[in-house]
Amino acid sequence: MNVLAFSLFLAIVGLTLIITYAASKRTKTTSDFYTADGSLTGWQNGMAIAGDYMSAASFLGIAGMVALSGFDGFFYSIGFLVAYLVVLYIVAEPLRNLGKYTMADMIAARFNEKKVRGVAALNTITISIFYMIAQLVGAGALIHLLLGLDYVYSVLIVGVLMTVYVVFGGMTATSWVQIVKALLLMIGTFIISIIVFSKFDFSLAKMFSEMKTATPLGDSFLNPGNKFKNPLDMISLNLALVLGTAGLPHILIRFFTVKDAITARKSVIYATWIIGVFYIMTIFLGFGAAAFVGYDDIIKANAAGNMAAPLLAQVLGGDFLFAFVSAVAFATILAVVAGLVLSAASAFAHDFYSHILRKGAATEKEQVVAARWASIGVSILSIILALFAQNMNVAFLVALAFAVAASANLPIILLTIFWKHFNTSGAVTGMLVGLFSSLFLVAISPNVWAPEPGAAIFVGEPLITLTNPGIISIPLGFLAAFIGTLLSSKKADEKKFDEILVKANTGMGIEEPVKH
Amino acid sequence: MNENSLKKVNTASSSPDYTEIVQSASFQKLLKQKRNFILPLSLFFLAFYFTLPILTAYTTVLNKPAFASMTWAWVFAFAQFVMTWTLCILYTKRASKFDELVDTIKKEAAN
Repeated sequence: MNVLAFSLFLAIVGLTLIITYAASKRTKTTSDFYTADGSLTGWQNGMAIAGDYMSAASFLGIAGMVALSGFDGFFYSIGFLVAYLVVLYIVAEPLRNLGKYTMADMIAARFNEKKVRGVAALNTITISIFYMIAQLVGAGALIHLLLGLDYVYSVLIVGVLMTVYVVFGGMTATSWVQIVKALLLMIGTFIISIIVFSKFDFSLAKMFSEMKTATPLGDSFLNPGNKFKNPLDMISLNLALVLGTAGLPHILIRFFTVKDAITARKSVIYATWIIGVFYIMTIFLGFGAAAFVGYDDIIKANAAGNMAAPLLAQVLGGDFLFAFVSAVAFATILAVVAGLVLSAASAFAHDFYSHILRKGAATEKEQVVAARWASIGVSILSIILALFAQNMNVAFLVALAFAVAASANLPIILLTIFWKHFNTSGAVTGMLVGLFSSLFLVAISPNVWAPEPGAAIFVGEPLITLTNPGIISIPLGFLAAFIGTLLSSKKADEKKFDEILVKANTGMGIEEPVKH
Repeated sequence: MNENSLKKVNTASSSPDYTEIVQSASFQKLLKQKRNFILPLSLFFLAFYFTLPILTAYTTVLNKPAFASMTWAWVFAFAQFVMTWTLCILYTKRASKFDELVDTIKKEAAN
């Protein structure tokens, strides 16, 4: 066990617990718990969005993928970033104007029916759990490698910590853990990038020309096509990346933590700058790891390349930088899983319990208690699933979450804001078809079925060759929403649409955060 | 303080006639300006974004070196970052005009 790394882990855990303690004293109402009372500034929320978004899959995964496959790994960086234009141009402001605590609130603002809210909550919970299992499996593997702890204990440590943040500190603690983590991650990545760049004499030309001989891939390291061979599959992945973000529940709930649409817009803009700078630096992480750690050592530590960034830190800066980067990776996982627990728990407590079970009659205190119990329930469920999922490919779970978000949530969000004739049946069919078609397509894909044992979950021939379902399931989600609307005998309430149109575009009549 | 009490009065009175607001000239102007900005630029950035994976998946034209050893694929990839930031700045500038219109609409609705 690395003593320095262990001390830095403890320091980060201590810092986040202090944040949680401070936040817990302020978390009394449902508005505190779900949205930090709408009190974050644009800059704070932008950092928190970035902190929520730059997950272990981004930091460790992309660095590893660039190191092992060259250009192809960079597709993730591009897709994750350009996705913010969809969020900024189309989703963020109307969402803030129409929603209160959850994504379902926004859809329910137009279609106030139990089944609409229920199905929206189901989507949120499904996506959050998939995403969370991926993060927890990654966390378990990382802590196992760094501290030598058993996988089971590693998952339990992360699981217990994330539960503590959310249950006691709610959205305030979760946001600040994300802000601190975003800062640490940017600092760590920046230091490594500068050192890597200095080794190439700060010359991009020199860096690129030396990379031609630095890896076993030779010249082709710099060209696309090393990882993604199936063109349609690759376009499908890019589609899910660019459209998925605008449907990810843990990103969407971040827009309710600010006071109005203008601040929501500012937070997306800050987030886009931070995330963009970060993803540019993934090139230095990836190239640096390929050049200075080497293909064999990266593979030896973790076949998927997940250890490339920490190993690079060790080669460049010795034990201290290694310990720092590892601790940051740990903080990254904590921050992201805390955000996910919160989004799933809000959907459960706010949408299912308060609105559907109690029909809005629960007192403020009962709602906060329900939200806390929901967080504990979601945490336990995801910890158990993560323990069983130890040997699953985590990249596929993240890509699946993006595909489900793009297929099930995005069409409904867009049509709710923009389509006059959209109605309840359309919303319900769209969400259900988007959700189940993407799940079904993955269930029959090469992620789940492979002819040789050990390559996937089951042994057998996959029914489709697509590893990412987006190119089929996203159009299906839109189509189902259209057809469901057209087949329904109930006409859309045009007066209601006028109200939604005004509210979404002006923020008129949105509930002000309650002052205490 | 003033603003807060104003909002309370607004929510206490019956809700505004949204259909009337939708039909008002200033609201129609807002919708039109937003549509004319967001729709073409969204189509543009999606087209620009998908051009990269489509070109790399079906052709090798981007594999030619552009500057030193950097191929056109990388130049295109960096261009995506520049595009994202540029469209961010453009939106910020335009959105402040939308905000002015929103203020007008709110004032008209309050009267």
